[in-house]
Amino acid sequence: MTQASVIETKNLSIGYFLRGRRRKVVHDGLDLQLFPGEVTCLLGLNGAGKSTLLRTLCGFQPPLGGEILLMGKPLSEYSQLDFALTVGVVLTEKTNAGGITVYELVSLGRHPYTGFFGQLKKQDRDIIEQSLEKTGIAHKADNYVSELSDGERQKAMIAKALAQQCPIILLDEPTAFLDVTSRIETMVLLHKLAVEQQKAILLSTHDLDLAIQMGDCLWLEEKSRPMNCGTPEDLILSGAFESFFGKKDIVFDSSTGKLNAKAPTRLMGVDGDFLASYWVGNALIRNGYRPSVVKKDQMSIHCISKDYFLLTLPDGSTKEFHDVADLLKAIK
Amino acid sequence: MNRQALIYYPLLLCLLLVLFAGGLVFGSVHIPLDSVIRILSGNEMERLAWQNIVLQSRLPQVITALMAGASLAVSGLLLQTLFRNPLAGPSILGISDGANLGVATILLYFGGSMNMTAALPFSGYVALIFASLIGAGCVLALIIYFSTKVKSNVMLLIIGIMIGYLASSLISVLNYYASSDRIHAFVMWGLGNFSGVSMHQLPYYGGVAFVGLLMAILLIKPLNALLLGEMYAANLGVKIKRTRILILFCTGLLTAATTAFCGPISFIGLAVPHVARLMLGSSNHKMLLPVTLLSGACFALLCNLLMVLPEMNNMLPLNAVTPMLGAPVIIYVIVNRKNIQYFD
Repeated sequence: MTQASVIETKNLSIGYFLRGRRRKVVHDGLDLQLFPGEVTCLLGLNGAGKSTLLRTLCGFQPPLGGEILLMGKPLSEYSQLDFALTVGVVLTEKTNAGGITVYELVSLGRHPYTGFFGQLKKQDRDIIEQSLEKTGIAHKADNYVSELSDGERQKAMIAKALAQQCPIILLDEPTAFLDVTSRIETMVLLHKLAVEQQKAILLSTHDLDLAIQMGDCLWLEEKSRPMNCGTPEDLILSGAFESFFGKKDIVFDSSTGKLNAKAPTRLMGVDGDFLASYWVGNALIRNGYRPSVVKKDQMSIHCISKDYFLLTLPDGSTKEFHDVADLLKAIK
Repeated sequence: MNRQALIYYPLLLCLLLVLFAGGLVFGSVHIPLDSVIRILSGNEMERLAWQNIVLQSRLPQVITALMAGASLAVSGLLLQTLFRNPLAGPSILGISDGANLGVATILLYFGGSMNMTAALPFSGYVALIFASLIGAGCVLALIIYFSTKVKSNVMLLIIGIMIGYLASSLISVLNYYASSDRIHAFVMWGLGNFSGVSMHQLPYYGGVAFVGLLMAILLIKPLNALLLGEMYAANLGVKIKRTRILILFCTGLLTAATTAFCGPISFIGLAVPHVARLMLGSSNHKMLLPVTLLSGACFALLCNLLMVLPEMNNMLPLNAVTPMLGAPVIIYVIVNRKNIQYFD
């Protein structure tokens, strides 16, 4: 399927203008494409320039060079109002919206459409109600924003962006400060919106697990390296993550998609029941082993069921265990 | 919008009427309400003195109080929303001090004698208003300039306070060189007064206040967007720079005109928006701005009544009364800020 990209950058250079003519380049040579119907996750360590890139794409700061095309038209040709109709944002900026209701907050998304006094027409009200429904926050419509949990607040802000009816939604760390379930809910919601409404969604995040799980496309941003873009699985299989997080003592394990504190060196064969061996593998990694296929003349663990493990020592003798804790004690 | 909030309009209008009538009835001479009504409806009174008191003194005074209260409260609300700081207000940001400085220059340096009942010649009044506007405008220009340099609104507030100190110190310098009768006039003006505007000056003040308040009402839509912060507002199509300048200009106009005619009045701009928000429970400006406007008018009329209530020949100074009503509100708000939703 070939689809036109909604955001395209050509040799984009981002950063800040300093005093005088000097400029601080955070990242340059960016050739990016954002597609509708997809959730794209922007990953990068602190200082890699995630926020700078997002702010540049949101129009909050001018690019230092290169070109940004929105729906095929250069960003510089957009009026502020046209831009408001094209790109909706959800930011980490602190708001003072505690004293308005969720409905009023979402109705702010209709701002670019309403007249001088912001009077809502029937059509506006329908769109607000649909946005509230789609984000699953309709039951809180009459509550004040201050009464919401962090996760609900994020949903309300996403509903505001939906009411704005933009083809593109940019989100700055939407899952930061959320608890585990709200993170997943938020990502599932964004994914649903991308698919059902063919929105192009770009979000920055530190949540590697969720990005790999829910992201249709990942942008790996790293200082002074070209952006690595692709489907998460392709990036993992091509080894892009290993070099991306190539910090001393921190290693990306491409078999689990997780970051580990240090490289497990000793190999340990694991096989048997799928679920049991997955979690035995998890415990092994924590204790300095790398799970692998079972080989002869090597320690291995055969997982027979959830509560029955056989440890085979190099000399061929076996021991039985009934939980992972005992198993770990034996191999430590 | 919250339906039950609509009840505040008739409620506040009734209160306004009662306080307005109270301002006409009470004073150094007690005039019964039915006489007041007869005087206002144009019937000839047997007592010419009462007629003069009501029409020439009390009526312009209550109208001035009403407009001054509304103007200051609305400019306080605008500043609090713009700076996203609940403790912003015209007197805190140094705008009143700027207006003060302008007035001081006229009163102390050029020596327009400001008698409380009889007034300056017309040109003197115009000069006073212009000086006040220029002073407030200079401070506003400085604040706008610094707001592009300093991102944090708390820091900007502190800069405003510093500018206020600077203006005050310049006033002290002017005081040092001025003659004692000029200083007396300036000090009297500085105590705050609603009775400085005579009936034929009223249209000038009223006109300026009306323009300022109308402008504020026209800003309701962007003000609501600003609740989300400037970045969100910009993404919703609000032209931030222009809106910021319009808001500051509107506040400057309302504060400067009020300060020129009534003296520097503290606490109304700071406290009334909080009273309005606490009543409504909402910070949606569609309701909040009109309710703040009405509450400000009521607040000032109440102060006006308290000033004359001792029923002596002299009134209490206005700036002795406003803190009594305003300061407890601010302390209450600060102590309870964890439970007040609009802080969130």
